[in-house]
Amino acid sequence: MNDLLIAGGIGVAFGCALECAGLGDPPKLAGQFYLRDFTVLKVMLSAMLTTMLGAFWGGRLGMFDPGAFYVPDTYLLPQLLGGLVFGLGFVLSGLCPGTSCVALASGRIEGATTMLGLFAGVLLVGLTFPAIEPFYRSTPYGSLTLQRLAGLSYGDMVALVTVVAVSVLAWIAKREARP
Amino acid sequence: MRPLRSYAEPHLTGVCLGMVLLACFALTGQGLGASGAFASVASGVMVTVSPETAMHSAYFRSYLQDGSPWIAWIVVEIIGVLVGAATSAALAGRTRLPFVRATRPSAGKLFTGVAGGTLMGIGAALARGCTSGLALSGGAMLSVGAWIFMAALFLAGFLAAPLMRRLWP
Repeated sequence: MNDLLIAGGIGVAFGCALECAGLGDPPKLAGQFYLRDFTVLKVMLSAMLTTMLGAFWGGRLGMFDPGAFYVPDTYLLPQLLGGLVFGLGFVLSGLCPGTSCVALASGRIEGATTMLGLFAGVLLVGLTFPAIEPFYRSTPYGSLTLQRLAGLSYGDMVALVTVVAVSVLAWIAKREARP
Repeated sequence: MRPLRSYAEPHLTGVCLGMVLLACFALTGQGLGASGAFASVASGVMVTVSPETAMHSAYFRSYLQDGSPWIAWIVVEIIGVLVGAATSAALAGRTRLPFVRATRPSAGKLFTGVAGGTLMGIGAALARGCTSGLALSGGAMLSVGAWIFMAALFLAGFLAAPLMRRLWP
C-alpha cells in the first residue's frame, strides 16, 4: 500500500513537471524534430544531468547507494530497432507515452488517440510475441553501463556526459540567441 | 483561448523533473516509466478476455506474475501523472476545451495520432521502455541500451521529420 502511495505521489509530481514545461502540446514536441522548439532536449538533458549528478554525489556523500539503482539491461538490436520505430511514431503523433497522458489531462483529444495507438501497439507485440521472441531476446549484454564499455570509472563517465550535455545545451542557447 | 500563464522555463523544469526522478530512485530503487503502464493494462485486458491467449505469450505473462496488472506500481504512477498534469493545467489556465472549434484537431491528425501511438507501442515493447523509463531513467543511470535507444529515436525522428512537414506547418 505504501508503495502505491509513493507511485501516485511521484506520478503527480512527474505529470505536473511535464505539463509545466509544455510537454503536453504536440506541435511543441514535434517542433523539436524541425529544430524550431528545443524544449524537449532542454528538459530531457537538464533532468538527466540532475539525476545523474544527484545519484553520483548523493552516493559519494553516503545519502544512498546508487549501485542499487536499476540499470536497464542492454539488448543491442531490439533497442536499436525499437528506437527507430519509436522515433518515427513520435514525429507522427507529436507525443510520447508519458506526454500523451499529459496531453489528455490538459484536454487534448490527440492525447487520447495516441494512448489508443499505444494500447494497440503493445497488444500487437504481445499477441505476436511467440514469433518475435527470438529477436526480442537477441544480442543481450546484461546491465551494461557506458563506463564499463569505455573502461572508465563512474566519476569519469559522469564528468564526460556532463561536459557533452552542457555543450549541447550551450549550443542550443547560442543558436536561439541568433537574430 | 490564449493560455493564462505561459509554460515554465524548460531548464528549470528539467531540474525539477530530475529531482523527482532522483527521489523515485532513492525511494524505490527504480526510475519513472510510462509505456509499462500501457503494457500492464493491455495484459490485464487480455487475461480477462482470453486467459489462454494471454498465458501463451511470455510478454503478457511478464506483466501478470506479480499481482494484479490493474494496480501495478507503474499503472498507479501513470494515474498520478494524469492527476498531476490535469491539476497543473487547470491551475495555470492551460486546459484546452476540446469542444471549442478552434482547438479541435482534424480527422487526419487523429489518425496520425493512432498510427504514431501504435508505432511507439511496438517500439517501446521491443526496446523494453520509452522516453521516460528507458531514455531518461536508464540514460541517467548510464545504461548503454538507454543511450542506443535515445540515439536511434532522435535519428529516426530527424530523418522522418522532413517527410512529414505537412503534418506540422
